[in-house]
Amino acid sequence: METMVSSPAWVKERREAAAKRFAEVGFPTTRQEDWRFTNIAPIAESKFAPAQGSFAQAASLIESVQVPGAVRLAIVNGQFAAGVSDLSTLPKGLRIAGLRDGARDGTDGLEQHLGKVFNIEAHPFAALNTSLLDDGVAIFVTAGCVIETPIHIVVVTGADGKAVQAHPRVLVVAGANSEVKVAQTFIGTPGAEYFNNAVAEVVVGEGAHVTLYTDQRESERAFHLANIQAHVSARGVFESHAFSTGARIQRHDIGIALKGEGADCTMNGVYLADGERLLDTHTSLDHAMPHCTSHEVYKGILAGKAKAVFNGRIIVRLDAQKTDAKQTNRALLLSDDATINSNPQLEIFADDVKCTHGAAVGQLDEEAMFYLQARGLNRVEARDMLLHAFAGEVMEGLKIPALREQIESNFFTALARDVASRPLL
Amino acid sequence: MLLEVKNLKVRVEDKEILKGINLTVKSGEVHAIMGPNGSGKSTFARALSGHPGYEITDGQVLYNGQDLLDMDPDERAREGVFMAFQYPVEIPGVNNAYFLKAALNAKRKQQGLDELDAMDFMKLVKEKLKLLHVDDSLLQRSVNEGFSGGEKKRNEIFHMAVLEPTLALLDETDSGLDIDALRVVSEGVNAMRSPERAFIVVTHYQRLLNYIVPDHVHVLSDGKIVRSGGRELALELEEKGYAGQTAAGARK
Repeated sequence: METMVSSPAWVKERREAAAKRFAEVGFPTTRQEDWRFTNIAPIAESKFAPAQGSFAQAASLIESVQVPGAVRLAIVNGQFAAGVSDLSTLPKGLRIAGLRDGARDGTDGLEQHLGKVFNIEAHPFAALNTSLLDDGVAIFVTAGCVIETPIHIVVVTGADGKAVQAHPRVLVVAGANSEVKVAQTFIGTPGAEYFNNAVAEVVVGEGAHVTLYTDQRESERAFHLANIQAHVSARGVFESHAFSTGARIQRHDIGIALKGEGADCTMNGVYLADGERLLDTHTSLDHAMPHCTSHEVYKGILAGKAKAVFNGRIIVRLDAQKTDAKQTNRALLLSDDATINSNPQLEIFADDVKCTHGAAVGQLDEEAMFYLQARGLNRVEARDMLLHAFAGEVMEGLKIPALREQIESNFFTALARDVASRPLL
Repeated sequence: MLLEVKNLKVRVEDKEILKGINLTVKSGEVHAIMGPNGSGKSTFARALSGHPGYEITDGQVLYNGQDLLDMDPDERAREGVFMAFQYPVEIPGVNNAYFLKAALNAKRKQQGLDELDAMDFMKLVKEKLKLLHVDDSLLQRSVNEGFSGGEKKRNEIFHMAVLEPTLALLDETDSGLDIDALRVVSEGVNAMRSPERAFIVVTHYQRLLNYIVPDHVHVLSDGKIVRSGGRELALELEEKGYAGQTAAGARK
C-alpha cells in the first residue's frame, strides 16, 4: 500500500514488531484468564474488510455528536479526516497532527511516544492495531499551558453496505504542568456490523492534568475494542471517564501506570447493557511509586439478556508506600436474565498502604421505587430517577456541559430503548 | 363522601393483619386511628397508599366514588392521596427539590394543568417552607439522605404542603419527634386543614392529638376498629391505656 511505503523506518519497525507479536499469540480465546467471559470468536471468524476511506453517512454521524466550542477532530474508518475536522482556531500551546502526516513530517515527540506507552506483549489487540498502524491523531500540549478549549475526537466507523475493520489510534502528550481535556466519541452506522479496534496512549507529564472522556455508542452490531493506556509522572493527574451504551461486544482495557511520586488518578465508568450485549471492562492500575492516590468507580446497569464483565486489577509495587487506592464496582440487574462477572484483583507488595475495594450487585430498591410512586411518579419515571441517581456519581465527572448533556441524553434514550423492547418489571 | 372503607381485609405475607375495617371519611374531617403496637394501624395507611407488600383479600375502598384499590400507587397519588411515611426512604443521588418538582408536575399533568417551570416551582416552594418553618437547605440535599429523624418528618409534611393532597394519611408522623419538631409538624398540618381536605392520622400516642385536634377517634385492635368516638376518646385512652379496648372475643 502506498501509505506504508511512505512511512518512516521507525514506524515500519514498530509495525513489524507488533505484527510478529500478534502472529505469535493470535486472537485470544476463552481459555485465557483475561478473556474467560468474553468470547471474541465472532471477530476472529468474521471476514472484516480493511476499511477504505470514508462513507456516505460519516459526515452526518459526526454532526450528530458535535460538541459546540470544542476543537473537533474526526477519525473516519481509522483515518484522520482533516476535511471534517475543525482546526481553524487552535489555542496557544496546543499542537495537533494526523499520525500519517506527522510521521512523514517528523512531528516533534511522535517517534518518542507513539507505541511506547503500550506493552504489546500484554495486549494482543493493541499489537494488532500497531501492526496495522497507519493513521490517527496526535495531540501535544506544551509544558505549562492550560488548554481551556476541550478537544473532541469523533471516531466514526462504517461503510456503505460492507463489514469493515478499523484500527484508530490516538496519542495525547501533555507537557509538565499543562492541562487538557480530551473526549472520544465512538459512533458508527446504525445497525452496521463492523470491527473497531481502537488504541489511545496518554502521557501525563510532571504536574500535568489530563482528562479523557470516552463515549462508546457504537452500532448495536459492532465489535468494539478500545485500549487506553496512560503513564502518569510525578504529581500528575489523569482522569478517565468512560460511558458505554453501544456495540454488540465491547472490550475496554484501561491501564494507568502511576510512575512518579504524588501522582493521582480517577478511573470511572458507567455502562448500560441491554438486549444481548456483552460489555467487558478490564481496568488495571499500577501503583509503582510512593504517595500516589487512585479512585475508581464503575457502575453498570444491565437489562434484557445482557452480560457484563468487570475486572479491576490494582497492583501496588514494593516501593509504592503510602499508596491510597479505592475501587468500587456496582451493578444493577433490571432483569432475571442479565448477568455480570465482577472480579476485583488486588496485588499488594508494599506494607504501608491503604487499599479498599467493594463490589455489589443488586436490583432496584423496591422501597425507594414505592416511595417515588407514592408521590405520583409512574414506574418508568421512578425507575429512571433511581437509575439517574445511580449513574450520577460518574456523570458528575463530565465537566464539559455540552458533552455531559449529550452523554446523559444518549444514556436515557438507551434506557427507553430497553423499556420499549419489553414490559417493565 | 370522600372515602368509604368497607370490610377491608389485608394480608401481609401469610398473616391476616386487617380483619374487616369499616370507615367513612368526609372532606374537611380529621380522623385519628389509634391502637397498640401490632394492631394494624400502619398496615391500614400503607394499604390505602397501595404498597405492593399488602395484599387485599376482601373488601372495598371508594375514593370520591372510584375504586381506590384498582389504582396503582402513583395513580392514587396523582388523584390526591398522600401518605406521610413512618420511615421515609433515603434515596441517595436524587435531589429533593428535583424530585418534588417531578411529583408536582405529574399531578398537575393529570389534572390537565400546565407543568410549573423551575422559577414558579421555587416560588411555591419558598412559600411552603416559610409556612412550615423548614430550612431550605433540605431542598438541595438528596431525598432524606442523612436527614435526622425530625428532618425526615418535616420533609414529609413539606412534600404534603407542596402536593396539596385531598386525602392525607399520616403514618405515625409523631414517632421519633421531640416536642419542638412535633409542634412544627402539627402547625403545618393545621395550616393545611380545609373543607376540601381530609386527614387520617395514625398514631400510638394521644400527644399528637393535643396539637392536631381530631373530629373522630377510632381505636384499632387486632385488625378491627373496636371503638369510635370524638376527641374525648383519645383522652380516655391516654388515661387508661389500650388495655381492655378490645372487642369481646377479638383478643387471642
